[in-house]
Amino acid sequence: MTARGVVAARRQTRWRSGLAQIVFLLAVVILWWLAANRWGASPLLLPKPQLVFFELVDILRSGEFWPDLLLTLGEAAAAFAISATLGLATGFFVSVSPALVKVFEPLLAAVNAVPIILFLPLYILFFGLGAPSKIALGATIGFFPIALNTIAGFSSVDRLYVRSARSMGASPAKLVRHVLVPGALPIVLTGLRMGFTVTLLSIIGSETIASLAGLGHQIVNLAEAMEMPRMFAYIVFVIVIAATLNAIVTRFEKRAAARR
Amino acid sequence: MNVGRFMSRFVTRYPGWSRLAVVVLFFALWEILARFWIDKMFLSPPSRVYGEIGKVFATKGVPEALGVTFFELGVAFAFAVMIGLALGLAIGLNSFARRSFMPIVLLLYGIPQITILPLFILYFGIGAPSKIAFGVTHGVFPIVLTLVAGVQNLKPVLMTSARSMGASRWHILRYVLFPHMVPSLFAGMRLGMAGVLLGVLLAELYVSISGIGHFTSMFTQAFDPTRLLGLISILAAMAIALNEIVRRAEAHFSKWRA
Repeated sequence: MTARGVVAARRQTRWRSGLAQIVFLLAVVILWWLAANRWGASPLLLPKPQLVFFELVDILRSGEFWPDLLLTLGEAAAAFAISATLGLATGFFVSVSPALVKVFEPLLAAVNAVPIILFLPLYILFFGLGAPSKIALGATIGFFPIALNTIAGFSSVDRLYVRSARSMGASPAKLVRHVLVPGALPIVLTGLRMGFTVTLLSIIGSETIASLAGLGHQIVNLAEAMEMPRMFAYIVFVIVIAATLNAIVTRFEKRAAARR
Repeated sequence: MNVGRFMSRFVTRYPGWSRLAVVVLFFALWEILARFWIDKMFLSPPSRVYGEIGKVFATKGVPEALGVTFFELGVAFAFAVMIGLALGLAIGLNSFARRSFMPIVLLLYGIPQITILPLFILYFGIGAPSKIAFGVTHGVFPIVLTLVAGVQNLKPVLMTSARSMGASRWHILRYVLFPHMVPSLFAGMRLGMAGVLLGVLLAELYVSISGIGHFTSMFTQAFDPTRLLGLISILAAMAIALNEIVRRAEAHFSKWRA
């Protein structure tokens, strides 16, 4: 197959998979509509899709989501800033010496294997029900993938490059700037993306479990008030927000890795 | 000999001991902080947590709650593996199915499931079934994805040579596909276990009547960090043990490849 043929085939596959996704989504919505409108599913378990749509429009038009959205995004940004700073710094300084990597990498990996969400009650005890406990938990959960991938990234740089740069008289600063960072970048960026995703998820998760405000809190509030159409609308809203953010981060990761 | 060089030589020679030293240092620091600086309403020193772990077990209902949570984890993991295996094979073995359904699996996997946790409670109640269901939906995706990737990686030349040597469908399944699939199944099971733990514990913490979530919120509200830390340590130990079992199994069953 020629190169052009491969590209065309790939495009066709992508087109087909796009079609499959659309068909799947349509089928879900149609089944939902039939179940809620025709087959008599309880409106408490499955609200009518058209009502959910109107609620979604109402939420978007009234702008009542802004305080919760800003709070959740602010918490996520603060948590990610902390976890990225600490994770990158820890990862970099550990990766400086192979001995340190041998000591700390298994420790970090071991803690990472524990579901850290378990510590949420402790964080709430410590930081209260408000934003600080969410930020602290998100930062903790995001820290480990970032630190581990930073270690992996810097360790993956070929020693030969380092040695040859040194033998050509590169200063430590130049070595970091021109050899180590570019070499480690793809894996470090993957770590940052993973860190961002789990941070966002744990922020929404801890808001769902125990909080005073935020998007997760809003969903739980509506669930407890049995306002099903509005709750579904909020769920759709949050899923779209999270998917958009993840898509942006993934694209950023790919572009930064490709520019290298 | 200066101290720095001695340390680095020690660390290089005995990484295990150095690791232990770091852990000991961490607990010592925690002990000192908790004993002298931090209000004991919020944090307990590890010595006290360790000493009073018996009290956690003696709390009425805690052993049963641990049993319930363990049961939820086990059932959710079993379901996740069964469903993941069936879906993974159905999608992975057929290239058309793979092309059309993989994007959908990825799409669903990308949904932050925590947002629909209230729905699980609504549909399955506040007892064990909602925890199991939430654990299954967290665990099933990694299993499907690794299994599909594993089956997909099968070199066509293996299939062709097996066929050309006259292997029947069953023989191909038994001697080519199955051994090839086992490592990725176990890799998927390891990731699936992490997912199941996350899902079940999230649901437990969200709302619980008989599982450990009930007690974590009880100890939090009572400002009893000793018992809270004790309970969390027990659960963390449980999680580590479960992870380790699956990890060992994975290492064992993918040995033949190395």
